[in-house]
Amino acid sequence: MTSPPRQSALAPFGAEAIATFDTTVVLTIGACLIFGIVALLFFVAVRSPGDRLSHTQGMRLVLVAGAALPTLILAALLVYVLPQMRPLPVPPRALGVSAVGEQFWWRTVYRAPGQPVLETANELRLPVGQTVTIELSSPDVIHSFWVPGLAGKMDMIPGRINRLIVRADKPGLYRGQCAEFCGLGHAVMAFDVIAMSPADYDRWLADERRPAVPAADPAGAATFAEYGCGGCHAIRDTQAAGRIGPDLTHLAARRHIAAGMLPMTVDAIARFTRDAPSLKPGVRMPAYPHMPPADAQAIGRYLAALK
Amino acid sequence: MSKRRPRGRMLHGLHSRIVTARVTLWTLIVPPTVWAVHFLFAYLWAAVSCEKAGRFASFPVLFWAGTALALALIVASALVAMVQKETPGDPPPHDAGTDTDRNRFLATATWLLAGLSFAGVVFTALPVLFLLDCR
Repeated sequence: MTSPPRQSALAPFGAEAIATFDTTVVLTIGACLIFGIVALLFFVAVRSPGDRLSHTQGMRLVLVAGAALPTLILAALLVYVLPQMRPLPVPPRALGVSAVGEQFWWRTVYRAPGQPVLETANELRLPVGQTVTIELSSPDVIHSFWVPGLAGKMDMIPGRINRLIVRADKPGLYRGQCAEFCGLGHAVMAFDVIAMSPADYDRWLADERRPAVPAADPAGAATFAEYGCGGCHAIRDTQAAGRIGPDLTHLAARRHIAAGMLPMTVDAIARFTRDAPSLKPGVRMPAYPHMPPADAQAIGRYLAALK
Repeated sequence: MSKRRPRGRMLHGLHSRIVTARVTLWTLIVPPTVWAVHFLFAYLWAAVSCEKAGRFASFPVLFWAGTALALALIVASALVAMVQKETPGDPPPHDAGTDTDRNRFLATATWLLAGLSFAGVVFTALPVLFLLDCR
């Protein structure tokens, strides 16, 4: 997991994106073939004497090669791609995931049957080989959930829930991004996608469900509380229970902070804590210009230890 | 294609009636109109069913009967046009300002439109075979 995450429809890992990629290959090869045949016909037509074909033969060629053949090819392509538009079958007790697009980050909620609901942020984990329904919604403006390697993009529309049914087929580290302009911070609204084996996935779910690790350095926790960070952010089983910003319970288990924007380091957290708006335009988190850098570092050390 | 002679008295009668019938803009728009009605019927049915019943429309017999009827109308229109566009007489090109050439032109256009409409109806109906829900 050291290579940079892939965000490309040409490196598919989900069932739908793999089918789309295969279709793209078939279409590209077909288009090249047809282009070649048309170019050849053009070459032959230009080189041929004018009376090579009679009027009737010429009209027939236009009708067959220009109308009938393309219609048949399009019909064959339609029959080939239509089955891909069928949604994957969802087993009755499948894992449910909600992804909520917010300006400018992602709230992710996991619902496994018989287990309490788990909320994290800016990261989507999927068990390989299992079909998952992702319920997409938004409380503010229209966002679009797009993990190019997983499936086509789908909008997150305030007031309704769109369902994206996906299945990750290859484990690995990937990346997704907001694909609908949603405000000033739109370009820096990304997230990591981690496809993992079902056993690893269950372990990760269990780890995430545990309460936050107690702070080794109580000063950092106190600083966090003193600046009122808990008014917007939640760290489970502490006094921080805000719901406005991302949940930070196991922040350090993620690869990035600030929605795929900055690496998970103490310095990056400290920087973002002091001056989020300059790093992410339009973000709802205020700047704290009066905060001494030492305090920001203390908060950074505290959060970076929340494994 | 013009050498084909229908067999039997009834067919012969039909054939001569078709040959003498006038092609008009009204007969020209029969195939695309059938296509449009089939298209609207299919899409509105699916949309209303998804919105009001909350599930994909499931009356396959009626749908396929309607599709078969639409295709039959288009094929009939194409057959009539095919006979009419082969009006015997002077050799091509048929681009003079005469009634015969006008008929040949409209019939050929009808015949081509029928081909397009046939493909249109098939392409509209095919997704129903594969799509099973409202998303």
